[in-house]
Amino acid sequence: MLAKRIIPCLDVSHGRVVKGKQFQHVQDVDDPVTLGKMYSGQGADELVFYDITATHEKRPIFVSTVKSIAEEISIPFTVGGGMRCADDFRQMLLAGADKVSVNSAAVLHPELIREAAERFGNQCVVLSVDGKRNGNGGWDVYIEGGRKNTGISVWEWTRRAVALGAGEICMNSIDADGEKKGYDLELNRILSEALTVPVIASGGAGTMKDFAEVLRAGADAALAASVFHFGQISIPELKKYLASQGIPVRL
Amino acid sequence: MKTVIIDYDAGNLANVYHALLREGTEAEITRDPETIRKADAMILPGVGAMGDAMAHLRQYGLTELIREEVGRGKKLAGICLGMQALFEVSEEGGQIPCLGFLPGKIEEIPAAPGRKVPHMGWNELEFRAPHWIARGLPPHPYVYFVHSYYKTPSDTADVIASADYGVSIPAVVGNDSVIGLQFHPEKSGPVGAQLWRNILEWFEK
Repeated sequence: MLAKRIIPCLDVSHGRVVKGKQFQHVQDVDDPVTLGKMYSGQGADELVFYDITATHEKRPIFVSTVKSIAEEISIPFTVGGGMRCADDFRQMLLAGADKVSVNSAAVLHPELIREAAERFGNQCVVLSVDGKRNGNGGWDVYIEGGRKNTGISVWEWTRRAVALGAGEICMNSIDADGEKKGYDLELNRILSEALTVPVIASGGAGTMKDFAEVLRAGADAALAASVFHFGQISIPELKKYLASQGIPVRL
Repeated sequence: MKTVIIDYDAGNLANVYHALLREGTEAEITRDPETIRKADAMILPGVGAMGDAMAHLRQYGLTELIREEVGRGKKLAGICLGMQALFEVSEEGGQIPCLGFLPGKIEEIPAAPGRKVPHMGWNELEFRAPHWIARGLPPHPYVYFVHSYYKTPSDTADVIASADYGVSIPAVVGNDSVIGLQFHPEKSGPVGAQLWRNILEWFEK
């Protein structure tokens, strides 16, 4: 049976992980490769490396980081942050990334999804969507790091993106993000049931129960950052807990 | 012991190279016929679509070369698309004739409620019988899959292990001269590392 995935997300700036200071048992706490290896050793199913200073001038630093991650890490990893064109995808895949995630650029130029999927395959195109409840029972798509409401419905956009070739949807809930009160279960349930590609739930993880609930709601994977980085939840304990709840996980 | 990774412009050759390097084997990534002839074993990796893959193999004169070398008893390991290429024909993008070392056909995984395509993520291997490739693995080991096409469950004689995805997905296939892995051992953590060690040991025999 296919396992539900647990995915830590690491923010990388100038080749270093930011927010990584809490790791006391690894020496070079800011090194993405060291941290990635540590999570991988703990049983993370996949990793996301997010380039938070992704301008084209900074991109070469990130490419060399991606190369060293690929050399050392033997689980799948996604890279994201500021991808603007299919050649950005190509650069990341050649450096050894398994998947590339794209967000605002795809909203502005949906054909980017089709072009990347046709050139590199649907499986490596992850559409990251920032969604926020609009007060009318739906969710709107936001871009520019959650600052700008596009007025497009999450439901319409994700369906269109899948038709264009997105192989996976990473659904970030702006409402839930940073609150640590649980994932947006309704949003993840609706998307998981309706879409024909895997859905990664993102935003809101605070307790192990939150992971169980969103995976039970239908999400194929659950992504989190701070609960892992700050040691509030350990991946081995989380996976044991999920297994005890009858959720299929890779132990 | 010289192992080559066959370069036919498929993606992720470097990830296979690094996985072998982590096990202490420096393979050569090449499409040079002489280098391939002189090697002791071959790995055919693969990410992408079968139509392109077979076209590239033909364009570089590699299909006949690989057939000749396997005919001479050289061992071949196919990974993901390289595993599918071991069979007779693939329906990915038409009716694509493949290398034909194993009988059978590659078709699209049938979509169904609750079954998303691609089959992406960690799934468990079920071995049909004890096999050298399972040496040192935990029971029902999880490995990482990413694929939309699969070897149809007919002609099961060459299936060594399967994964359950509502349909039975042949995951490890092979005979005395070829072995094929539908999943990515280079992305399957410690289980993948053990699989590479077992494959390298088989190459040595």
